[in-house]
Amino acid sequence: MHLIQYAKSFLLYEIVIGFAKTFSYMFREKVTLNYPYEKAPISPRFRGEHALRRYPNGEERCIACKLCEAICPALAITIEAEEREDGSRRTTKYDIDMTKCIYCGLCQEACPVDAIVEGPNFEFATETREELFYNKDKLLDNGDKWEAQIAANLAADAEYR
Amino acid sequence: MTQAHQPTSIQPDETIVTDEEHIKPYMLNFGPQHPAAHGVLRLILEMNGETVERADPHIGLLHRGTEKLIEHKTYTQALPYFDRLDYVAPMNQEHAFALGIEKLLGITAPERAQYIRVLFCELGRILNHILNITTYALDVGAITPALWGFEEREKGMEFYERVCGARLHANYFRPGGVRYDMPKGLAEDMWAWTETFPKCIEDLETLLTNNRIFKQRTVDIGKVSEEDAINWGFTGPMLRASGVPWDLRKSQPYEVYADMDFDVAVGKTGDCYARYLVRIEEMKQSLRIMRQCLNAMPGGDVLANDYKVTPPPRGEMKQSMEALIHHFKLYTEGFHVPAGETYTAVEAPKGEFGVYLIADGSNKPYKCHIRAPGFYHLSALDFMSKGHMLADTVAIIGSMDVVFGEIDR
Repeated sequence: MHLIQYAKSFLLYEIVIGFAKTFSYMFREKVTLNYPYEKAPISPRFRGEHALRRYPNGEERCIACKLCEAICPALAITIEAEEREDGSRRTTKYDIDMTKCIYCGLCQEACPVDAIVEGPNFEFATETREELFYNKDKLLDNGDKWEAQIAANLAADAEYR
Repeated sequence: MTQAHQPTSIQPDETIVTDEEHIKPYMLNFGPQHPAAHGVLRLILEMNGETVERADPHIGLLHRGTEKLIEHKTYTQALPYFDRLDYVAPMNQEHAFALGIEKLLGITAPERAQYIRVLFCELGRILNHILNITTYALDVGAITPALWGFEEREKGMEFYERVCGARLHANYFRPGGVRYDMPKGLAEDMWAWTETFPKCIEDLETLLTNNRIFKQRTVDIGKVSEEDAINWGFTGPMLRASGVPWDLRKSQPYEVYADMDFDVAVGKTGDCYARYLVRIEEMKQSLRIMRQCLNAMPGGDVLANDYKVTPPPRGEMKQSMEALIHHFKLYTEGFHVPAGETYTAVEAPKGEFGVYLIADGSNKPYKCHIRAPGFYHLSALDFMSKGHMLADTVAIIGSMDVVFGEIDR
């Protein structure tokens, strides 16, 4: 027994085995992704960049109930609301400070009309801090841009919500 | 150097150290931006040559005032803060808070939710141990384990992302259950992963367990006796590596741990190597628990059916006026917790993670103290690294598994 241990120790047995194992990994399938061109799949529940959605007829969904503003743990959402000419209640200001946001998903859980959602986009880095203070126009633009995917994600997840 | 000052006729007495000869301990500032410090740890080391005489950890560089912030948030809003304590295993922290609230409210999560919680807690434990073991190996000179380990960790984070929508900051365990049910296909994928993951542990062990370099760097380094471990408030793998078979999952089982068949890994020597071995074995045991959870997972609800505490399902909220009112009340005012206090602890990957919660009957906690295991482990750094070399201090910090999110809170 001792002899075997000495032999193993002398012949660098565990080091050789380790190198062999490392070498064998060279012939495995590559797991790395060529990032900007390849992306890992994300689930329908993914909580990324916020978007404000519209109804299919173009009317914005948000009714300024301010539930998202109330639940936001980071106090990132600011809403001001007024009655519109046609008598419906809409927001005049809907700001999200994306530098404060912690992406907890409570705003989209709270929203009774599925207006504010955290969409599938995670590539919204900016060069300046100011660009991350989103206003209503930016959020509605996001909604228009990502609507197809957001709607598909919501439909895919509807039975669990 | 002193020879030059001595008159040549008198031989210097070697037993008497004069002021000129005595070299003061060299003060070395280690961190807070040092990659081996595992976060923002600042160590003031008093060195005698290459030997550490005193190690003084300075903490607080990541202090965010979590405990105070929680006093100003409703219980629902406070939950995401727990993800940000030990951000390596976020769901385990949420678990302690959710259990504490449930205890005060006198509700329990449905059985399916309990199984899902245990399943993801064990996944969190594995993810934590992968990160710790591989970065620990990196600290003592092995780069390859980190590359392999992070591939598996990525798969585990994908499971996190599929179930809650975020890879780290889950916000998934809620008082009364878990937020959403597991999506279809996730259980099967997790089962498939539990079948392939042992291969990864095996590969890591091939590289590390018998490796002479790894053993030279860890065996007999930072030894902690059984008595010291208990006196310094060690918990988790740190305590078990010193030979104390103490695991909250066994000694005071919460959720469905009582039904689970698993062993508690206990080390013998209490050194860095024993802590590594304990963590390897714990990963294997966690896999066992995950498999049992996946096998025994019952059907049914995942959130308690009490709309005073848990939000009603979306379909119901859109149809029923009463459910809509509950929805609005829960997302503005939150729920009220009857006055009382509780200390609830769970076996987090790093040790006993406890939440001491005082409720005053309002919708916000009156006080929430967080017992982070890493804090107690770090406080023992001084006596553990005394007399060791500087590089061994790095090995000791690595084996402690410190994460500054929870230590600085």
